[in-house]
Amino acid sequence: MKLLFEESSQGRHLDLIPDCDTPEYRLSDDALRKRQARLPELSEVDLSRHYTQLAKQTHGVNDGFYPLGSCTMKYNPRIDEEMAGLEGFADIHPLQGQDSVQGSLEVIYRTKELLCEITGMDDMTLQPAAGAHGEYTGLLLIRKYHLDRGDTERVNIIVPDSAHGTNPASATMAGFKVINVPSNAEGGVDLDELRKVVGKDTAGLMLTNPNTLGLFDPNILEITKIIHEVGGLCYYDGANLNAIMGRVRPGDMGFDCIHLNLHKTFATPHGGGGPGSGPVGCKEFLRDYLPGKMTGKNENGYYLYTPAKTMGQVRSFYGNFLVVVKALTYILTLGKEGVKEASGKAVLNANYMKERLRKYYDVAYDTTCMHEFVLCLERLKKEKGVSAMDVAKASLDYGIHPPTMYFPLIVHEALMFEPTETESKEVIDEAVDVYVEIYEKAQSDPEYLHSAPHHCPITRPNETEAARNPILKYEWQD
Amino acid sequence: MFKNPEELKYAKTHEWLKEEGDVCVVGLTDYAQDSLGDIVFVNLPAVDDEVKAGESFGDVESVKAVSDVFSPVTGKVVEINEEVVDNPALVNEDPYGAWLIKVAEVSEKDELIGSEEYAALCEEEH
Repeated sequence: MKLLFEESSQGRHLDLIPDCDTPEYRLSDDALRKRQARLPELSEVDLSRHYTQLAKQTHGVNDGFYPLGSCTMKYNPRIDEEMAGLEGFADIHPLQGQDSVQGSLEVIYRTKELLCEITGMDDMTLQPAAGAHGEYTGLLLIRKYHLDRGDTERVNIIVPDSAHGTNPASATMAGFKVINVPSNAEGGVDLDELRKVVGKDTAGLMLTNPNTLGLFDPNILEITKIIHEVGGLCYYDGANLNAIMGRVRPGDMGFDCIHLNLHKTFATPHGGGGPGSGPVGCKEFLRDYLPGKMTGKNENGYYLYTPAKTMGQVRSFYGNFLVVVKALTYILTLGKEGVKEASGKAVLNANYMKERLRKYYDVAYDTTCMHEFVLCLERLKKEKGVSAMDVAKASLDYGIHPPTMYFPLIVHEALMFEPTETESKEVIDEAVDVYVEIYEKAQSDPEYLHSAPHHCPITRPNETEAARNPILKYEWQD
Repeated sequence: MFKNPEELKYAKTHEWLKEEGDVCVVGLTDYAQDSLGDIVFVNLPAVDDEVKAGESFGDVESVKAVSDVFSPVTGKVVEINEEVVDNPALVNEDPYGAWLIKVAEVSEKDELIGSEEYAALCEEEH
């Protein structure tokens, strides 16, 4: 497929940009580029076909099964899009007067209330734009809390090795030192190791629960107790909330703050740019540190206010507001019982798929899982030379998006599956049949899998070369 | 089989250590580079940075994942291998030639193992 630059023909154009009807302003000379930018020149039909071609080469949740573990690629209902497209939501400006956007403020307020109810928190900001951004915001809450009390000794954030990879990165960004705690044989946090590393320097703990092995830590109450006893705070990485929503609440497990991924759990689109939304919830004693403008309600309606000891802005205005509209639509469509049913079915689907696959592949931690599970392909690699990468690539030929590969790092040759609740038994059965077929192929013809996929527009790009010598811009030939 | 030169000492976290007088040279083992796969990025400390025994001093990125590299000794970095930073493939091609850092003023050393014991450890993990 040709690049836009290669399809360019000098003098061809399309008239999408209207003539300028505002006064011109000339930048100072040192801010102006010396030469005109050489941009591709195409007609509208060329451009339209180019992007349609590109779209045909992608795989989204509307194309087929998408069991990308840790990402919750559930189907996003059309009604969410319809609501977000309503004029009153889509055609407003963040600087409009509060009186003229009462409906939108109500959306923010009600979403916050519902998400607080689901998580067991007292207040929530919808400003963070993504999961890791939420983590960072949550850690700043912890930081502000300790510093505000004059407690400057607390510099450590404890992160178990089964946490999301973003956890240690966010903690470092927020100015903390990361202390790693290993998992025990059951895949949970090793309590003895945890007790060894806590102390007066503990600012807090970041826990991904269920963790990246798809396991709910049975010692959760003990874990939060250990942290609280030394004066630390507990942060819940709620990225895997899809497994527990409507059933248990992080607030009841002893957590002080949490982030959610609306683009995962609450069915708003993600992948390919989202945009995402990573609300951060907290208990009462942390609410004064929340960022941005919060939405309140009194007898005159909804109003915006700045929290007393706010950390400042973590993003402009109100975050990705239209994503919030979609999430609210999703929650209201499902209702209280529906939210509970969704998490139940997510767990059921994962366990059903795991039980069928374990007759062929090894399960990393062979126990009842939550919304996702991890296969360990080390044996297949040793015996047949077929790696997790080979199996993942082979599934592309069957129109299935590969599971997450080589993650979590504590499992060798890992493949992580998350079927989500929006898939039917039939779809999961078909997918299992595909992975069984790939397994059999690995026994009879491993070579075939080394070069898979065989029927995709792109087969095996040279990933090493692409990472070592990336070509990041187009070079005109003439 | 992986190469594990006899004259080197090994950490269980798959780094090798060579003592050149007062200076300790640290690199990644053959087993480590093989498990990681093609390495595409190496992140090293700066000269004069302190490293601590058992703690991460940098990371290597392969097409699979990013992994920490741990220091077997406590001391001060006196030299880093710029060649490896420019061309990370060297770690795959010649893991015992492509050292990562040189550490001086060594005050503490982790318990390290010899090549035979390390080979057994790799066999077990593999």
